[in-house]
Amino acid sequence: MIRVMETRRAAPEPASDAQPETAVRIEDLSAWYGATQAVGDVSLELPRGAVTAIIGPSGCGKSTLLRCINRMHETTPGARVAGQVFLDSLDIYWAGVDAVEVRSMVGMVFQKPNPFPMMSVYENVAAGPRLRGWKIDRKAMDDLVERNLRRAALWDEVKDRLHRSGSALSGGQQQRLCIARALATDPTVLLMDEPASALDPIATYKIEELVRELSTDVTIVIVTHNMQQASRVSQRTAFMLAAEDGVGRLVEFGRTDDIFTNPRDSRTEAYITGRFG
Amino acid sequence: MTRTADRAFAAGVTALALLVPLTLAGIAALVLIDSWPSIQRFGFAYLTTSVWDPVHVIFGAAAYVYGTIVTTIVAVLLATPVAVGAAIFLSEFAPRRTRGVLAYLIELLAYIPSIVYGLWAIFVMVPAMRGTVEPALQNTLGRVPVIGQLFSGPIVGLDLLSGGVVLAVMILPILTAVSREVILAVPPTQREAMIGLGATRWEAVRHAVLPYARPGIIGGVVLGVARAFGETMAVTMVVGNSSRDITGSLFVPGYTLASAIANQFVEADSEIYFSAIVEVAVVLLIVAIVVNAVARLLIRRSIADRPAGAVV
Amino acid sequence: MATAVATMATVPERHRVNARRRLTERVVVSLLGLATLLGIVLLFLILAHVVVSGLPALDLAFFTQRPKPFGEDGGGVEPAILGTLELAAVSGLLAIPIGIAAAIFVVEYRSGRFAAPVRFAAELIAGLPSIVIGVFVWALLVRGWVGHYAGIAGAVALAVIMVPIVARTVEEVLKLVPHSLREAALALGAPKWKVILRVVVPTARAGIATAAILAIARSAGETAPLLLTALGNDFVSTDLLRPIDALPLRIYRYALSPYEDWHTKAWGASLVLVAVIGLLSLALRLALRRGAR
Repeated sequence: MIRVMETRRAAPEPASDAQPETAVRIEDLSAWYGATQAVGDVSLELPRGAVTAIIGPSGCGKSTLLRCINRMHETTPGARVAGQVFLDSLDIYWAGVDAVEVRSMVGMVFQKPNPFPMMSVYENVAAGPRLRGWKIDRKAMDDLVERNLRRAALWDEVKDRLHRSGSALSGGQQQRLCIARALATDPTVLLMDEPASALDPIATYKIEELVRELSTDVTIVIVTHNMQQASRVSQRTAFMLAAEDGVGRLVEFGRTDDIFTNPRDSRTEAYITGRFG
Repeated sequence: MTRTADRAFAAGVTALALLVPLTLAGIAALVLIDSWPSIQRFGFAYLTTSVWDPVHVIFGAAAYVYGTIVTTIVAVLLATPVAVGAAIFLSEFAPRRTRGVLAYLIELLAYIPSIVYGLWAIFVMVPAMRGTVEPALQNTLGRVPVIGQLFSGPIVGLDLLSGGVVLAVMILPILTAVSREVILAVPPTQREAMIGLGATRWEAVRHAVLPYARPGIIGGVVLGVARAFGETMAVTMVVGNSSRDITGSLFVPGYTLASAIANQFVEADSEIYFSAIVEVAVVLLIVAIVVNAVARLLIRRSIADRPAGAVV
Repeated sequence: MATAVATMATVPERHRVNARRRLTERVVVSLLGLATLLGIVLLFLILAHVVVSGLPALDLAFFTQRPKPFGEDGGGVEPAILGTLELAAVSGLLAIPIGIAAAIFVVEYRSGRFAAPVRFAAELIAGLPSIVIGVFVWALLVRGWVGHYAGIAGAVALAVIMVPIVARTVEEVLKLVPHSLREAALALGAPKWKVILRVVVPTARAGIATAAILAIARSAGETAPLLLTALGNDFVSTDLLRPIDALPLRIYRYALSPYEDWHTKAWGASLVLVAVIGLLSLALRLALRRGAR
C-alpha cells in the first residue's frame, strides 16, 4: 500500500479550527484500486449526532468512500488513498496514527451479516472490548453486553440464549447482533455499508428504526442504494456519481429534505426521479 | 449392433472397475485368513503382551503398538506447530508474491520417496541426534522430574525419538498443505469483521480465522497421523528394531507395527510365527481404515458449507 | 476552509493499541516466519545432501554394470535401474487401464449400484500402509499363484497402490468435461460407448496423462511392498517370474550394509530416483501449462 503524502503535511501543529459539530471531515479524498481510480476529490463535512446517507448508482464509489473513513480500504492489496480524513480533529491518515486504532474508534457494519459463528452471542458483543484488553470484571462486562444488545433492539430476543452461537439467529437478528458488536466498543462514528440489503422487508424496517434511534448518541454514516431508505433515516444526504472516466465524485450534499424535494444539480434530480441508476 | 457394443463396453468398464472393491475385499480376507491361527491362539492378549518369542511361541505385539503410538505422537507434536505456523504465515502474512512459491517448496517435500528420507535419516539425522540433540536433551529436560524419564538411558541414536523425528519431517508437507487449504477457505468476511473491530492482523487470525479453521486443521492432523503410522521404510531404518521393552524413555530402540512386518516377514519360519506377523498387518489395516475415515470426515465438514454470516 | 494539518488531537485512551498487543504481533509473526523457514530449509538440506553425497557415485559403471560381490568396490546398479523401469512399465500397464475404467465407471455410470462402493474402495486402498499391500500380494502371488518371489508380484503390488491414485485424479478430470459436450454427442446419435471413448476421454487426455505419470512417479519410490514381493536381484532380469531389482530396494540394502562404497552408491541411486521424479513432475507442470493455452 502506497500513500500519497500531501506536501502541506508538516509536523503536528496545535489546534485546528474544525467545528465541534463536525464528526467527520473529508478533504479532497481520492482512492484507487491499483491503477483504477474509484473515488475522486471528495470533500464532505458530516455532522455529529446525525445520520448521513451516501447514495448513488452502483459503481459510484460510495462503499469505497465509506471504507476510507475507517481505513479499511487499504486492507485490499494494491489499494491507495490520497487526501485527508479528520475524525474529531484527528487526521487519521497522518503517519503517526495506527490504522488499527482508527478502526477501533470507528465501528463498521457490513452488508452481509457476519457474526462469528464460533462465538456465542455474548462473546460476539464482548469481542471488541476484549480485544482492546479493557479491564472490566464479569459483572461490568455482563452490563456492557446487555446495554449494547438493548441499543441494538436485540436484547429481548436473545436474553435467554446469550451463550448459544451467534449464527443460530435469523438474518435480521444477526445484523442487529453485528450492530451491537460494533457499538460495544463505544465508537464515535458508526459506518454502515448497505446494512439492510441482504434482509427481508420486516428486518429492514427494524434496522431503519434502529438507525434513527441510535443517531442520538452515535454519528452514523450509511451507504444505501435504496433512496427511500435514505430519505427515511437520514438528516443529510450525499449523492455520488461515476463520471465517464469511471471515477466516483460527489455531486451534491445537503439536508436530506432539500436533496429529495429540491435538488440543486440536474443529475441528482435525474437519479432521484428514477431516470437512471 | 450398437446396443451390443454399448453393453459390451459397459460390461468391460464395470468388470475392470469392480476389481477395485474386489481387491479391497481380497486384502481384508487374505490377511484375516492368514492371521487367523494367531488370532485364535492369542486372542486379545496379543495386543497386551509385549513378549515376542518365536522359540517359545509366544507372540504379543504390545511393544509394536507402543512404538507406533509413541513415534506417531512425537511426529505430530513436532510437526503440527511448524506446519500450522507455516500455513498461517503463508496464507496471512507472507508477502503476496512469494506465497505461491514458498508453499510449493514445502509441498515438494512430499515428492521425496520415503526410502530417501530413510537414507538421509540414517546417515545425517541419526548421527546428529546421537551426537548433539539427545545429549543436550538429556542434560536439560532430562533433569526435570517426571519428564526427565523420557530422556533417560544410554544414547544410541537409533531409537523411538529418531523414528518420531523422521516421521515429523515426512508428514510436514501434507499437514502444511491441508492447513493452508482450510485457512484459505475461511470466508474473508470473518477476517474483515475482526479487522473492522480494530484487531491487528494476528489478532484477526487468532480470534476469527483459526477457530473457524480448527476442525479442518484437526482433520489434517489426523491425516498426518494416518500417514505416520503407515510409514515403513524411513522409520525402519532409524527406529532400532531391537528392544521390545516398554520403558518410559524415548532413547530406547523400538519397533513400530509397520517396521515389525518389514523386518521379520522373511524370517518367519513357522506357521504360527508367520500368522502372528500377518496379524500385525491386520491391526494396521483396521487402524488405517478408521483413522482415514475420521480425517476425511473432519476435513470435508470444514471445507463444505459453514456459516459465515446470515443466509437469508 | 481550514488549512490545518496534523493536530495535537490524539486517539482516545480506550482505543489505543497497547504495547503488549504490538509486541505480541511482532513476536508471533516472526515465529510463524521461522516455522515456514524451517520447512523450506529442511527441503533444501535433504536435497542438498542427496546431490552432494550422490554425485560422486555417478560414473558410467554406475549405470551400466551390475553389482560386485560383498566388499568389492566398483560395479553399478544397472539391474536396479532397469528393474525400476520394468516395474514401472508393467505396473503402469496394469494400473492405468483399471484406474481409468474405475474413474469412467464412477463418473459416467454413476447411477449404477456399484458406483459408490468402487469410489469408497479406492479411497480406502489409498489410505492403506503400503506394507499391508505387500503382505496381500505376497499371500496372493508369492505364496500362492507364482510360488516364489517374482517381478510380476512386485508389479502387481505397485499396481494396487497406483490404481486409486489414477482413479482419483482421472475422476476429477472427467468431471471437468462439460456436460454439454456429452449431450451434443448423444444428440447426434452417438452411442454411449462412443461418447465416452471418442469425446469425453480425448477431451480429458491431458489430465489422464498427468494422472498416469503422477502414479508412476509415486510408485517408483515405493519400497515396502517390493521387499515382500520382488525381493531384489544382483542381475538384470527380464523374466517377470523371477525376482527383480529396483532402485528403492537397492538403496535399502546398501544403506543397511557396512560398506562405505555401498553407502555412496545408495546416495547415488537416491539422486537418480529423486532426479527422475523431479524431472517427471516438472515436465508435467510445463506440459499442463502449455496444454492450458
